[in-house]
Amino acid sequence: MKLLQERTQKQQIGQSLIIQTAVRQLVPFVQLFGLYVIVHGHYSPGGGFQGGVILGSSFVMLALAFDQSTSMRLMSERANVMLGNAGVLIFTGVAALCAIVGGLFLDYSALDAIIPLGPVEWRSFGIFLVEVGVGLAVMSIMISLFWDLSSAGEMDEGL
Amino acid sequence: MSTSNLHIYVMAVPLLTAFFVNLLGRTSKVWIAPLVVGSLAFSSVASLVLMGRVMTSGGFSYTVGNWVPPYGIELVVDHLSALMLVLISVVALFASVSALKSVEQELPGREHLFFTLYLILIAGLMGLVLTADAFNLYVLLEITSITTYGLIAMGKGRAPLASFNYIIMGSIGACFYLLGVGYLYLMTGTLNMAEISQTLPVIGGGAAVATALAFILVGLWIKMAFFPLHGWLPNAYSLAPTGAALIVAPLMTKVSIYLMVRVMFSVFSIDYLFLQNPLVDAVIVWGAAIAIVCASALALAQKDLKRMLTYIIVAEVGYMVGGAWLANSTGMTGALLHIVNDALMTLCLFLAAAAILYRVGSLDFDKLQGIYRKMPITMAAFTIGAFSMIGVPPTAGFFSKWYLILGGIEGGHWEFVVALLFSSLINAVLFFRIIEIGYFHKDGEHHGHETITEAPLQMQAPLLICAVALIVIGLGSGPLVEKIITLAIPVGL
Amino acid sequence: MDDLLAVIVAKYNYWIYVILMMIGFYAMIGKRNLVKKLIGMNIFQTAIILMFVSAGVKHGGKIPILNKYEVLKNGIDATQIVNPLPHVLMLTAIVVSVSITGVALAILLRIYREYGTLEEDEILEKLGK
Repeated sequence: MKLLQERTQKQQIGQSLIIQTAVRQLVPFVQLFGLYVIVHGHYSPGGGFQGGVILGSSFVMLALAFDQSTSMRLMSERANVMLGNAGVLIFTGVAALCAIVGGLFLDYSALDAIIPLGPVEWRSFGIFLVEVGVGLAVMSIMISLFWDLSSAGEMDEGL
Repeated sequence: MSTSNLHIYVMAVPLLTAFFVNLLGRTSKVWIAPLVVGSLAFSSVASLVLMGRVMTSGGFSYTVGNWVPPYGIELVVDHLSALMLVLISVVALFASVSALKSVEQELPGREHLFFTLYLILIAGLMGLVLTADAFNLYVLLEITSITTYGLIAMGKGRAPLASFNYIIMGSIGACFYLLGVGYLYLMTGTLNMAEISQTLPVIGGGAAVATALAFILVGLWIKMAFFPLHGWLPNAYSLAPTGAALIVAPLMTKVSIYLMVRVMFSVFSIDYLFLQNPLVDAVIVWGAAIAIVCASALALAQKDLKRMLTYIIVAEVGYMVGGAWLANSTGMTGALLHIVNDALMTLCLFLAAAAILYRVGSLDFDKLQGIYRKMPITMAAFTIGAFSMIGVPPTAGFFSKWYLILGGIEGGHWEFVVALLFSSLINAVLFFRIIEIGYFHKDGEHHGHETITEAPLQMQAPLLICAVALIVIGLGSGPLVEKIITLAIPVGL
Repeated sequence: MDDLLAVIVAKYNYWIYVILMMIGFYAMIGKRNLVKKLIGMNIFQTAIILMFVSAGVKHGGKIPILNKYEVLKNGIDATQIVNPLPHVLMLTAIVVSVSITGVALAILLRIYREYGTLEEDEILEKLGK
């Protein structure tokens, strides 16, 4: 990995002005699209995993166009881990909450007892909550996978 | 809170605690131990309550999300799965109390990561014994396998290489299982185990269903390390960090054997397995006999205590596979009882090995000289575990071997009986060799200048409880078999 | 020969999956570089996922994205629409495959740091010494 890093730095791969400007303009739109895909998951193609990958890829784009320390400045390692854990906790927490409140596990219509919206609406809303949790977790994993692998575990330089 | 969700709490509490351990353990280490032990204690108590409920009012099935099966994923709680739940949570509780100490010594600074993976592994195992949906089984099997790969790769030296080898072989196994389920889905159009078993007799046999059975069986055999598909097991389990080996060695292979039994009875009916394909079970019992003999012989050649124990695990897997395919209810009783007993025996032996490793630092046979004088309580528990492996009454191992031998005689499979007796003899040789080295040799060239005292109390306590439990379960085998295991075997066997 | 050709052409998708599976399986066992083994595992799993997905396809079937109000008014003709259930199940299988690849790559990093090479025979030589 060190060989690859030295070679990319010598040849200045990806350091051109065009790529940097384009990436800087595109990243907010990519993130917005990722959120859109997450929210529309239970109703049309999309969902937690796909949207999470798109969100994660926005940070990977930053790490590729600039260098990894820019990407790590915008999302620190600690925040990444916290977001990932929070995502899974949202998922499992919603599921367990359904069981505690009275219905079966993952039975979103039971959450009707907390905030009355009607059981059918709660089913689709429950899936939405779960998708958000999954999306956060997947985003965190994609980012940390790329950071780990491209810096050979040391999280200082990148490709 | 309603008690109809109890089995979900048994599984969900370790899962939730895993992420709290990750979040809070980063800040300070003090949080890890109470969270881990607390969640596993809750799971153990809840699974015992669940077992009591199943014994009084019978099994029940449960769909996640309140969707009618087959639209929802079905979970089944009957005698067998409740028994496995109790086994998993109790073994995990004992192993974690001891692992907390040894992880401190071996992996300083990374305990929160270790215990996150540990708790997810236990939640995955519990989910595996509860599920009644074929594809859900694949997902949970891979969850447990991935956490195991990560846990084993945390060791030092050759451990990442052994873990990579395990990844390749384990993925082949899981993919074969998925392929088999794919064939069944193509034939029946559903993934729910109960529905598949109702649709299969209507379709009749045929090459596709037979191929599906073959792929599922081979996939599960790779996962449980049935000889000759066992190549990954000795390296992976002996090079893993001690805390990982404590939980993985007793449980992973036994849960895979439970899965094989579950697939045999809930997906394919007994009629299809034993009557329509008469040669298959004879071939498998022969294969099990060869597995037992070869694995025991390989165990004789080892010079390191942990590697010897891993080869003994391979031999025990041979017992259980042979017992399950003997095609009579005595053999199946023996196999199911042996799952419980073998998990406890392996846990006891590995706990003792962990305690010795904590103090001595290595498990070569020549370092173990005179160890009975230094660590008497640990070695006493080790001796009880060894007697159980050999099959000495009144420890637990004797009763399950008794049932297996009776089943072998009843079914006319003499090769299985001979292999069982041969393996008991070899186990006796192996363990008496250790007892001789430990007890009778003078403590000669000990390079360790510090005095080797008894293991710390945190590691001794689960070991002693486990050894006592072996004797108690051995004496209580009668009620255990009558009340629980015979109800778990389907009628008509 | 005509018979065999008819069978191959009628079920050409299954033959493609079998060929892909064998390529992946061979790469897992026959190649000596550890990364190539990992890619072989990925190919093997992808072939199985493809086989599952093709179980739901129908001749002349339409994509399963429907207009809600039209369906509520007119109802669905299930024989004209591709079955989306295997697709959704295989999403889970893809996630599993990605996780295994991620864990295996991280382990490969550690192996590389320890031994300096990723060829299996060189590693075995270093261990044998």
